[in-house]
Amino acid sequence: MAQFALKTALPNYLRDEQKRIEEFVRGVGLDVFPTVFEVLSYDQMNEVAAYGGFPTRYPHWRWGMEYERLSKSHEYGLSKIYELVINNNPAIAYLLEGNSLVDQKLVMAHVYAHVDFFKNNFCFRMTSQGRDPRSGEDLRKWIDTMANHGAIIRKWANRIGLETVEQFIDACLSLENLIDPQKPFLPKEMSPSTSEEEEPPETPEVPLLRVDREYMESFINPEEFVESQKKKLAEEAEQAQRFPTEPQRDVLGFLLDNAPLQRWERECLAVIRTEAYYFLPQMQTKIMNEGWASYWHSRLMTENICDASEIVDYADRCASVLATSPGQLNPYKLGIELFRHIEDRWNRGQFGKEWDDCQDWELRRHWDRRTGLGREKIFEVRALYNDVTFIDEYLTEDFVFDQKMYSFGYNQRNDRWEIESRTFQDVKNQLLTSLTNAGSPIISVVDANHGNRSELLLGHTHQGADLRLDWAKEVVKALCRVWTRPVEIHTIVDEKPTALRFDGKDHSQKSL
Amino acid sequence: MSLRIDQDHSRFRNIVRGRIRQNLRKYISKGELLGRQGKDIVSIPIPHIDIPKLRFGDKQQGGVAQGDGEPGDALSGSPQDGDGEGKAGDQAGDHPLEVELTLDELADILGEELELPNIENKGKSAIVDKKDRYVGVRNVGPNSLRHFKRTFRSALRRQIALGTYDPKRPVIIPTRDDMRYKSWKTEEEPVANAVIIYMMDVSGSMGDEQKEIVRIESFWIDTWLRKQYKDIATRFIIHDAAAREVDRDTFFRTRESGGTMISSAYRLAAEMIERDYPSEQWNIYPFHFSDGDNWSVDDTLLCVDILKKLLLPVSNVFCYGQVDSPYGSGQFIKDLKEHFSDDEQLITSEINDRDAIVESIREFLGKGK
Repeated sequence: MAQFALKTALPNYLRDEQKRIEEFVRGVGLDVFPTVFEVLSYDQMNEVAAYGGFPTRYPHWRWGMEYERLSKSHEYGLSKIYELVINNNPAIAYLLEGNSLVDQKLVMAHVYAHVDFFKNNFCFRMTSQGRDPRSGEDLRKWIDTMANHGAIIRKWANRIGLETVEQFIDACLSLENLIDPQKPFLPKEMSPSTSEEEEPPETPEVPLLRVDREYMESFINPEEFVESQKKKLAEEAEQAQRFPTEPQRDVLGFLLDNAPLQRWERECLAVIRTEAYYFLPQMQTKIMNEGWASYWHSRLMTENICDASEIVDYADRCASVLATSPGQLNPYKLGIELFRHIEDRWNRGQFGKEWDDCQDWELRRHWDRRTGLGREKIFEVRALYNDVTFIDEYLTEDFVFDQKMYSFGYNQRNDRWEIESRTFQDVKNQLLTSLTNAGSPIISVVDANHGNRSELLLGHTHQGADLRLDWAKEVVKALCRVWTRPVEIHTIVDEKPTALRFDGKDHSQKSL
Repeated sequence: MSLRIDQDHSRFRNIVRGRIRQNLRKYISKGELLGRQGKDIVSIPIPHIDIPKLRFGDKQQGGVAQGDGEPGDALSGSPQDGDGEGKAGDQAGDHPLEVELTLDELADILGEELELPNIENKGKSAIVDKKDRYVGVRNVGPNSLRHFKRTFRSALRRQIALGTYDPKRPVIIPTRDDMRYKSWKTEEEPVANAVIIYMMDVSGSMGDEQKEIVRIESFWIDTWLRKQYKDIATRFIIHDAAAREVDRDTFFRTRESGGTMISSAYRLAAEMIERDYPSEQWNIYPFHFSDGDNWSVDDTLLCVDILKKLLLPVSNVFCYGQVDSPYGSGQFIKDLKEHFSDDEQLITSEINDRDAIVESIREFLGKGK
């Protein structure tokens, strides 16, 4: 970081702006980490952005690819990165050198709202690394953590060879999205040792119904019933022997605990998993996070920061951020509008039983109880929701109509993408489907001793969309590399249950 | 400042280069490179290297967006797939990467891939060109050629020797004796010029597909030979029953319907060489493409005669490529093989489809002549 810190400190005029803006930010009630701004040239910006914001990450070719893409699109004027902010304490944000002052102010306001979101949204709690014993501050030293990850991977690359390590990392990256979004909020698992100590009873007694009179035995406990009870018992016993006993969504964690890995492999895999969990909350709250930041930059810029000469430039920039295009959801736009919608509803008391029961359109339209709870409400929402619950709870029929939202899909017959529906339920369902599990299929480890040959069996909880098959095959191969034994994944292809398998040499695909 | 990303970037470039090499065959047979060449740079679209993950299949999932339109209306452009909005650093769409290569780099890759030997000059050291090269320093010369560093170094050396150099106040003043100037030497170097003469049968039996094959192949031959020779000229001759010289565009577009007299093209090429390219000064590469149909046996014999007497003695190699066509008899290549079975200067190759182009280039250029 030294090379950056030396040359990238904020110039004075921007430092003054920062102070001013931070006062406004605290004035409206945003609760932020200390924030460090740095100014980067476009080349440095592309570099840092390619590294996902962390200039000290582990070496990998895909950062190089990202860098090439960013610098190419910058050179050709296709895109430009305005802001970059890292969830860290203190938060780090990068400004692009040479942007106009209005842009820089806009970015600062935007960044502060992001930082407030990082600090207060419950999803981001999982990125906390504990509390400082003295000050009680939330510890988020991710810049250091990422640098440590870099050191670990460099160390192994030096010892074992870049090629070998990189190949293994590529395999791990194929599994990157196989993590459990709920994991950080689950109670700690009971340690498995307790159950192992208990000797399972040799022949468990079949639970039968109580019979007081012997001659009733065959009526109360007929043979079929006894059989079914025995079967149930056997199934339970089998279930108890299976490992994992419950399907486990945290595939990476499972591999880390149970795959026969060498030390360097374990350390690399742990790095990938930790980073995957670090980035997860940003995927789970894209709409809310960008919506929140846009809401506040818009408020702060128009009410506090801009002077009259800047307002048109600001409006122009803001409009391009919030522009919509067909077939692509703009999370900034959806997020800001939904926050405004919530604020408006709670300001006017449009909630509760009375509101829900009211069917009179005219009455609803002019409904205003002057409750004025809007501001309070949106602060509550930003703390307690993620994209899925945000949409599930606050997307309303009026909103879908006002915002001209539609769902679209691919029409096989016409061979094109088409608008499918504008009804509230369809739009909402479609939106929730694509947000669930951050857009990834739900995969879990079902059995680590499949076929009693210590093969790994994974299951795909099919929710209507098939897996991309050519990729799935590569992933099974990557799994096999980590697990070192044949791997099988059960999914559904064209409505037929199918097993994809890789045994170390060949792929196979068969219907179940 | 060297950026940390440089390492990762060059790593990626190497991988991409590897990919280009692997995919080169595909590009060659698809002809994707053609039409994309700018001045000297070819841009090859490099697909983003995706790390495969468990994802939903293409077109399996729809999405939600905002805007006008009725249900059933088509969306303009192709929308991002459903998983777009969930991604952390989601960027605008999936633009395929384009990697720009100079034609030189491309030729290098081609050479490595096909294991082509570098071409040996025909031993025409007779023609020489004079060239000035800076090779050393001397004490006198014009100020414009003053060698700054050497001058100051010798001044420093002198001052230290005299004891007048003060490290606390490091002032160095060169005197006249300290002055050093770049000096040059005139070298003679052999010149190698080359000309490629493309001849193509444009009679009715040569279809579009056949011409496309010739076009792709000639692009690669051009690329390779341009890498080998500094100056290269290309000439184009088309023929049916009669031959004429044309420009590049016409060469690939023309389609005649007449018969085929190959000898007409050969004769024209021989005249062209005699007039413009004295063989002592030029490396000459005639390439002839046809579907192997000739008008008559007599004409074939005439061709053999011209080849033996006029063309082969002056050419580095003479290459004949025969593309497969549903109409052609394919007889000509057999006749050539019969007459020139032991002559290494005449190379024949059959190009049955686009996939055979790579092999055919290797046959033509693999001898290093």
